[in-house]
Amino acid sequence: MPSLSRETYLNIFLSLALLVFPFIATAMDEPFYITLATRVAILSLAAVGLNLALGTGGLVSFGHAAFFGIGGYAMGILASHAQTYTPIFTWPFVIEGTNQMLIIWLVAIVMSGIAALFIGLLSLRTSGVYFIMITLAFAQMIYYFMISWPTYGGEDGLSIYVRNQFPGVNTLDPSSFFYICLVLMFAGLGLSAMIKNSRFGAALQAARQNEERLAATGIRPFNIKLTAFVISGMITGLAGALMADLNRFVSPTMLSWHMSGEIMVLVILGGVGRLYGPVVGALIFIIFEFIFGGMTEFWQFYLGLVLLGVVLFARGGAIGLLAGKARHD
Amino acid sequence: MTDQPVLEIQNLNKSFGALTATDDVTLDLKKGEIHALIGPNGAGKSTLIKQICGQLSSDSGKVIFNGRDLAGMDVADRARAGLGRTFQVSSLVMEFSALRNVMLAVQSKLGTSYRFFKNVRGDKSLTEPAMAALKRVNLEERAHIMTAELSHGERRQLEIAMALALDPKAFLLDEPMAGMGPEGSKKLIGFLDELRHEAPILLIEHDMDAVFSLADRISVLVYGRVIATGSVEDIRNNPAVREAYLGSAA
Repeated sequence: MPSLSRETYLNIFLSLALLVFPFIATAMDEPFYITLATRVAILSLAAVGLNLALGTGGLVSFGHAAFFGIGGYAMGILASHAQTYTPIFTWPFVIEGTNQMLIIWLVAIVMSGIAALFIGLLSLRTSGVYFIMITLAFAQMIYYFMISWPTYGGEDGLSIYVRNQFPGVNTLDPSSFFYICLVLMFAGLGLSAMIKNSRFGAALQAARQNEERLAATGIRPFNIKLTAFVISGMITGLAGALMADLNRFVSPTMLSWHMSGEIMVLVILGGVGRLYGPVVGALIFIIFEFIFGGMTEFWQFYLGLVLLGVVLFARGGAIGLLAGKARHD
Repeated sequence: MTDQPVLEIQNLNKSFGALTATDDVTLDLKKGEIHALIGPNGAGKSTLIKQICGQLSSDSGKVIFNGRDLAGMDVADRARAGLGRTFQVSSLVMEFSALRNVMLAVQSKLGTSYRFFKNVRGDKSLTEPAMAALKRVNLEERAHIMTAELSHGERRQLEIAMALALDPKAFLLDEPMAGMGPEGSKKLIGFLDELRHEAPILLIEHDMDAVFSLADRISVLVYGRVIATGSVEDIRNNPAVREAYLGSAA
C-alpha cells in the first residue's frame, strides 16, 4: 500500500468537511449556509461532468450549459405537469408528469445523454478552437429555442411550487436535500475516478495526449471521445435537475453561455483533470459570490482576477497549489 | 496458399497537387521475410507507409492484406487487422509510463477498451503481456518510468514493444534505428533478424549496414516510383540504383 498523497488527504478533508457542514451551520444558527453548501455540491457535480470531458479527455466543451439546462428542464417539465395534473402528451401513448426525483433524474440523464450524443457526433469531428465554438453554438441554439418556446414559460422560465419527492426523505428540509445532492456528488466523483483508472480511461487519456498513437494502436479515438462526451453530458444533466429542484425554478439562464463559462471556470479554478478540482472550484466560487457578492455587484470582477492568477501562475488550479503536481504512472 | 504474400501493394498512387508522392507503386511482403524499402530523402517512403496504414487516402490502387482489400478501413481498423506500425518520429503517450503505453496496445488487442470500472493498475491480463513485450525489447527495467523521461533510443524500443503487443501479422517499421547508438542498433538488428519469423517486416531504414545485413529483398524508391526490387546483391549491382541512389561514384 503506497503512502497517501497530499492530494488524497486534501480530498478526504474536503469530503468530511462537507459531510458535517449542516451540523456546523445549524450550530451557527445560519440555515442559509446549508443552501449555499447545496449549491456547492450541485455545481461540483456539474463540473465533475465537464472535468471528465475537459480534464481527462481534453475536450474543451464550451456548451455544457446545454446539458445542465436540459437536466433542469427535464425536472421543470415533468414537475409542472405533475402540479397541474395534465399529461405531457397523450398521443401515441399517455405520458404523465411526475414529482418523483428518481424518475426525474433518470429522464434528465437520458435526455442530456441523447443531446450529448447528437452534439458530440457533429462537433467531435472538429478539434481545438472549432470544437469550442461548435459546442457553444449548439448550446446557444437550445438556449434560443427555449426562449422562443412559450409552452414552458419561454424567457420567464418555469416555477415549481413544491420541491419534488424522494422516497423516505423529507426533501423540504434543507439538510436532507443537501445530503441527497452530496451523495450524488460523491457518486459522480467515484464514477469519474473509476472511469479514469479503467481501460476506457486509459484510452481517453491517450486520446487527449496523442490521438495518432491511439489510432495506430487499434482504438478509434472518435468513439472513445464520443462515449466520454456522452457520460460527461449525463453527469452535468443530473446536476441541472438538482439545481432546478434547489431553486424550484428553471429558466433559459441555465442554458446560456454564461452557465457554460461558469462550469468551465469551476474546473479551471479547482484544477483541470484533478479529481476534486470541481469541488474546490465550486467552493471558491460560492465563497466569493457570498462574501464579495454582499459587498459589491461586481464580485465577478474579483473572481476574474483570481481566475487570471490561476491561469497565469497556478496551472494546476487550487489543488495544484495545495497538493502539488498531478502524479502520473 | 503459402505462397500468397501477406501484404500486397498494387499500383498505388498519391499526389499532392502537382507533386506525385507515390507513383504506381507495386510491391509485396512475403511470409518470413524482411523487405527493405530504401530511397533518398523525399522519395515518398513515409507517404507510402501512411497510405498502407490508412493515415493517408490513396488516389488509386489497392492494399491487400492477408487476402483482404483494406479499402475503406481507417487507421484503427487496419491496426486491429494486424498491421503493427512504428513511427519515424516516436509517437507515444508521454504522460504514461512505458508499461502503460504497452498496456494500451494489450487492451486494444483484447478488444476491451470499453470497460469502465476495473482499475488497470495491477490488472494482470494487461500488465503481464505488456511486461513480456517490454522484456523482449530489453526495456523491462524502465517499465515504470514516465515516457517523457525515457531517452530517445528507449522510446524507439518502446514503439517496437507496442507493435509487438498487438501481435501483428506484419510489421511496418519506419526507420527503427534512427537516432540509436551503434550498440542499440546492433541489438536491434539481431532482434529484427529473429522477428521476421513471427511476422514479415516492411522495413524503411537509412542505415545501409542494417539494410544489407537484414533484408531478404530490397525495393528502391525514387521520386515515388519503385525503380528496382531484388536481392541485396541485385540492388548493389543495379546500375540504375547506383546512379540514382548510391551515387554514380559508388
